[in-house]
Amino acid sequence: MARSEGKVIKHRAVDTEHTLPHIALSARSSGVTLSQLLQSGTATIGAAIVLVVIAVAVFAPVLSPHDPLQQDILNRLQAPAWEQSGSSKHLLGTDTLGRDLLSRILYGSRISLLVGIAAVVLSGGFGITLGLVSGYYGRRVDSLLGRIAEIQLSIPFLVLAISVVAIIGPSLVNLIIVLAVTTWVLYFRVVRGEVLSVREEEYVAAAGVIGGSNLRIIIKHILPNVSASIIVIGTLLVANMIIFEASLSFLGLGVPRPAPAWGRMVADGREYIGTAWWISTFPGLAILFTVLGVNLLGDWLRDTLDPKHSL
Amino acid sequence: MLIYICQRLLQGAVVLLGVSMVVFFLVNLTGDPAAMLLPLNTPEEDVKVFRHQMGFDRPLVIQYGLFISRAVKGDFGYSYRHRTPAMPLVLARLPATLKLTAIAFLFALVFAVPAGILAALRPNTLLDSITRTFTMLGQAIPGFWLAIMLILIFAVRLRWLPVSGTDSWKSLVLPGITVGSFIMATITRLLRSSLLEVLGENYIRTAHAKGLRRPTVLLRHAIKNAAIPVVTVIGLQITFLIGGSIIAEAIFAYPGIGRLAYQAIATRDIPVIQAYVAVVATITVLINIIVDVAYTWLDPRVRL
Repeated sequence: MARSEGKVIKHRAVDTEHTLPHIALSARSSGVTLSQLLQSGTATIGAAIVLVVIAVAVFAPVLSPHDPLQQDILNRLQAPAWEQSGSSKHLLGTDTLGRDLLSRILYGSRISLLVGIAAVVLSGGFGITLGLVSGYYGRRVDSLLGRIAEIQLSIPFLVLAISVVAIIGPSLVNLIIVLAVTTWVLYFRVVRGEVLSVREEEYVAAAGVIGGSNLRIIIKHILPNVSASIIVIGTLLVANMIIFEASLSFLGLGVPRPAPAWGRMVADGREYIGTAWWISTFPGLAILFTVLGVNLLGDWLRDTLDPKHSL
Repeated sequence: MLIYICQRLLQGAVVLLGVSMVVFFLVNLTGDPAAMLLPLNTPEEDVKVFRHQMGFDRPLVIQYGLFISRAVKGDFGYSYRHRTPAMPLVLARLPATLKLTAIAFLFALVFAVPAGILAALRPNTLLDSITRTFTMLGQAIPGFWLAIMLILIFAVRLRWLPVSGTDSWKSLVLPGITVGSFIMATITRLLRSSLLEVLGENYIRTAHAKGLRRPTVLLRHAIKNAAIPVVTVIGLQITFLIGGSIIAEAIFAYPGIGRLAYQAIATRDIPVIQAYVAVVATITVLINIIVDVAYTWLDPRVRL
């Protein structure tokens, strides 16, 4: 076994980006073009999926054949149109209260996208600010924030999220706050690591010598250098947020009823899985489809923005 | 080495203290435990006496001090719901969750390691594309939905496997797949990209040039180096695995700590929540230390 020499080569520090699956390594150059995107097959598919989901969210009222909240008890648990007992009136069938499943899924995209994007922006706001401060000022601020991050990562996400929802109560806004509060660490760790390496660059020292204020140095010289990482983490985190939101909704801690949240819809169909398989199946497919699209786009952004992988 | 481990254990203790603090104030902010414990129509006077008896009327800081002084001795108080000591309650359920985690992990490795290696050895072939498609799907599938789909296919339609319970090994299959699928996708993906990178290194060419056989090069030189980032992620994902078992255990009615924790949160059984978080956080801290020690074996340049 290795002798103690008091010296640790910190692989962990390099690899902290992997806290969530496949989040970016450092990236120095930013800026991508549409033609670059179209050159990659998977990225084109990802972008197309994301565009479709955004379009569905925007035009949900036009696309939906029914009111997503309108109950029709007489037609409850109706099978999808292609099944023997199905009718063309409800393409994907109806749920336990006779609501049209297709309309609910189309409207559900609004909740998933809204929560996913808003939570990422808010989480990024916390994480980036604290990461910049921690990395730039170092010393006590850094070790304090580092400890807080470590503490948070030792508590299972769901336990933390469930506890916070229990305190502030389930609602759309609270859901976004909870997701942001429980994920800021991911931004924090990457941004802090980036700042630590950028801080030593000569141009940062030069900016300090000619009298640039700390705030100016951070915003003008350090932030642009971490922007590529921020974009990549943000994109991949949207996918994770959508799954987190769905998981909390599944547990009954998401947006309250009767709002059509995909996770909640999967939960609603759970008891009927033997008799009405479609209630749980289709909303889950919607989550899978959306997350897949965002992930494909995020992977491509990572490969493109990261000079290590862009040949 | 020993000194390093001791240092890390000490740091870990600080983190655990922090975790206990966060959880203590978090759960105590969620409402009045007395209101949860007593029947609905308890007279105001009795509630007061009860609060005093339980110490709920003292300042939170003092309550925390009392709590932590007992907690370090393993005494987390009595479960409000089960009326038995909270820590033994969690510890009794821990083996079931560890068993599930181990099976999930084994399942992930059995598929991920061969798939990751083959995909890296034959990049851009049909096999590689299939592997990549599966990993993309594996990372995009929500665990709770996968669980329900598995139940639909293997329990309801095919009737091969039970929906819940712990009677035989069969009842572990579906929860195992549910918990393991995400980490399987992550490991496959990471092993592929990491091995691809390593295979292009000069020392691999050197190993080939000096006449080592292909399997030797692959095992002794390539995979060992490619495993480093994979081990890091495995270490980080274990918390997610244990945390993620909350949903799988709830769906499959599996009697582990995840289901216990979920019920405890739902019924505001504070001592059990605290004992649960303490156990999970301790496991996380220990695994992080083990991962760091594992580096010294994988990469002799790392000195502890």
